[in-house]
Amino acid sequence: MTAQPLDLNLRRYMRPLGGGTHLTVWVALALLILFGAWRYDNFLSAYNISSFLQYNSMFVLISVGMCLVIMTGGIDLSVGAVAALSSVVAALLSARGLVVALPAGVLTGLVAGAINAGLIVGLRLPPFMATLATMLAARGTSLVVSDRQAVSVDWTSDFTGLGMNKIGPILPWTIVVAAAVVLVAWYILERTSLGRTVLAVGGNAEAAHLMGLKTSRALVFVYLFSGACAGLAGVFLASGYGAGQPLEGQGWELAAIASVVVGGTLLTGGMGSVPATVAGALLFGLVFNLLNFENGLGVISLSAYWQSVIRGAFLLIVILLQVRLARPAASKA
Amino acid sequence: MAEPLLRMSGITKAFAGVPALRDASLTILPGEVHALVGQNGAGKSTLIKILTGVYRRDGGEVLWQGRPVDLRSPRDAQGVGIATIYQELTLVPQRTVTENIVLGYEPRKPWGAIDWRAADARAREVLSRFGIELDLHRPLGSYPTAIQQLVAIGRAASMDTRLLIMDEPTSSLDEREVETLFGVIRALKDRGTSILYVSHFLDELFQVCDGVTIMRDGRTVGETRIADTTKLDLIAGMLGRDPDEIRAAGRTQLSTDQTSTGPVFLEAKGLSSDRRLRKLDLEVRAGEIVGLAGLLGSGRTEAARAVFGLDKVTGGTLRVGGREVRINTPRDAIDAGIAFLTEDRKVEGIIPDLSVRENLTLALLPRLSRMGIVDEARERQIVDGFIKALGIRTADMDQPIRELSGGNQQKVLLGRWLALEPKLLILDEPTRGVDVGAKLEIQSIIAKHVEQGCAVLLISSEFEELIEGAHNIVVLQDGRSVRRLNNPGVTEASLIHAIAEPPDDPHMEAAE
Repeated sequence: MTAQPLDLNLRRYMRPLGGGTHLTVWVALALLILFGAWRYDNFLSAYNISSFLQYNSMFVLISVGMCLVIMTGGIDLSVGAVAALSSVVAALLSARGLVVALPAGVLTGLVAGAINAGLIVGLRLPPFMATLATMLAARGTSLVVSDRQAVSVDWTSDFTGLGMNKIGPILPWTIVVAAAVVLVAWYILERTSLGRTVLAVGGNAEAAHLMGLKTSRALVFVYLFSGACAGLAGVFLASGYGAGQPLEGQGWELAAIASVVVGGTLLTGGMGSVPATVAGALLFGLVFNLLNFENGLGVISLSAYWQSVIRGAFLLIVILLQVRLARPAASKA
Repeated sequence: MAEPLLRMSGITKAFAGVPALRDASLTILPGEVHALVGQNGAGKSTLIKILTGVYRRDGGEVLWQGRPVDLRSPRDAQGVGIATIYQELTLVPQRTVTENIVLGYEPRKPWGAIDWRAADARAREVLSRFGIELDLHRPLGSYPTAIQQLVAIGRAASMDTRLLIMDEPTSSLDEREVETLFGVIRALKDRGTSILYVSHFLDELFQVCDGVTIMRDGRTVGETRIADTTKLDLIAGMLGRDPDEIRAAGRTQLSTDQTSTGPVFLEAKGLSSDRRLRKLDLEVRAGEIVGLAGLLGSGRTEAARAVFGLDKVTGGTLRVGGREVRINTPRDAIDAGIAFLTEDRKVEGIIPDLSVRENLTLALLPRLSRMGIVDEARERQIVDGFIKALGIRTADMDQPIRELSGGNQQKVLLGRWLALEPKLLILDEPTRGVDVGAKLEIQSIIAKHVEQGCAVLLISSEFEELIEGAHNIVVLQDGRSVRRLNNPGVTEASLIHAIAEPPDDPHMEAAE
């Protein structure tokens, strides 16, 4: 039994942040930032912050899309490959400017999402299988369309502006756009009947059906949304790095799943938090960022491969902490 | 009399201090089909689990072939020759028929490899005893449930089984398959195997069983030859009533006046579904509570599921508000003004991680939102109203529903449907598993809505709840509505009589 009277009043206000079990990720994020600021000189420099945000805006996007899918009890393995395909499509159309290339990239993601939704809702395939198939198809398509080469963007158009320009010294445009998408997802989940249906489907599909909720529509929505997020992430990729990259995005789906899980969302669905997922995505980015600084100090030198091991260990620690914290609450029920 | 195969006597068992068995006994003769009957919670499954080594008894004696035994694990029980066919099959559907029959007991070649030729031969022999021929190399799961069950029985029979326990073996079989099963049971019996037969379908017992043990409240209250008893006696024993009183009640003429005056809201004629509902005739008027009574498996819940669009209607007509309608999905039913509070709160009701507020308004969302955006101020106002009106005890409306007590969860779910202002409310065991206080509150909430003109279809296993609450009671047997009793005038004895007697009893009113 935890201190019941205390969390009564807090519950309503904590909920937007994700509430009790999601709290770990915020604490961990805060601690890492404090640690970085204390140990490294340039950690809080405008350059580091803006490049950190610019790079991680892509992961924030796909993690948020993944979060909605997982809330329904599903999974979307296709996001990384779809982002790669979208980056190629956007790069190929970059000469016509952002107004064409951006919607084309998002549309690519929407098409992939529609295929996922069709397989899962229409043909009743398990989400794991359906999105695995889409992942393979999207990866193959991006290699065919790009002829296995990185596709250079047209530097004379305004296309690269999205990925490279900033508002002031710190805020890249990509993070602003990603934040807008996060707000939309959060609003849908917290304030619309569609969002409630998403949670109801994941929490108790049988009950949701009995109440006459439009469960199919909720499922179609989350896969479309996830696809669109992946598409947009692909546009960021091409625009920020100057090329459509058919081989990029491998393992992104797993990074996104990890972010969602670290944010306290259950893989079985029915609960979860968009803001905590964003915090999870930033947390993983930060671990990477801190290791780069540590290497820069010259005391140790860890290769990128070791960094991956450390990220994995970090994931385990956070999840173990959550299980520990969640247990008293769960046994109460 | 031959020495019994099994004699259990004075068995006691408590879970966390709560007694499940107080004084249970069971005697089974060699080559006998013995029935075990009792209501839910009478202690049947606990007794069986002690017999199969799943639980250890606290006290009492178990004699197996005259010798005391202590069965500490399912493996021990199998060792002496006790096998169980569970309600949910426990075979491996992906593997072949042969593999399932010999699993764990495969015949071997001298160097240890499985001798498939011998395995096939054994499987064929086992099945042929029952007169069944199957493709032994097809996956078991590709056969219908009935066949899978027969394979499970065949597997048990092939392993030197002296006592075979069957838990509700016919619950998922159709009539023809039941006949096949009875044939198999008789064949086993002829070979000297004893069978312990547990079933809610009392008519079946008279077809295949030799003896019967009746349990109530953790005690064995009766043990008799099946030929010396009647269905009415069995039910009286299960419920702890005097059979003579029930017989006498059956002869009292019940009033048949139509007491309710509201217009007919729901009218079902000859309704049948793809799930054990055979012929339902039902009329529910506005401002009236109609009870559905019957034994487990009589089709009460199935009647509600068919009306609510959850099961496929295969015949008959349904009229709502005087117009003939087709209801294919819950959405259709809700649009027609019907609400359905289901029996199983956990599986079909609550969304555990959502808050009280969200759970209460889920079904109402379409009316609470404009352009898909939930009007949260109005939502909070509505939820607040229901929390007060229904006396829901919750810290605040944003508390996750899983943290509430069963009674309060049930009130939230009731509120969920009442918020829709339904014209017909179907309640399936609305007060099961809630404490006495919450039960009275729930009943008075329902009564208030009925006064305001809501029609209610009430399903309950508690006779008291039906007799005190319902204006009319429709009695179901075997998926058919057989009688309609009008209140006032229904007594517990007359209701039990109506449930137990065959439909052609001249003393009772026919349904139509």
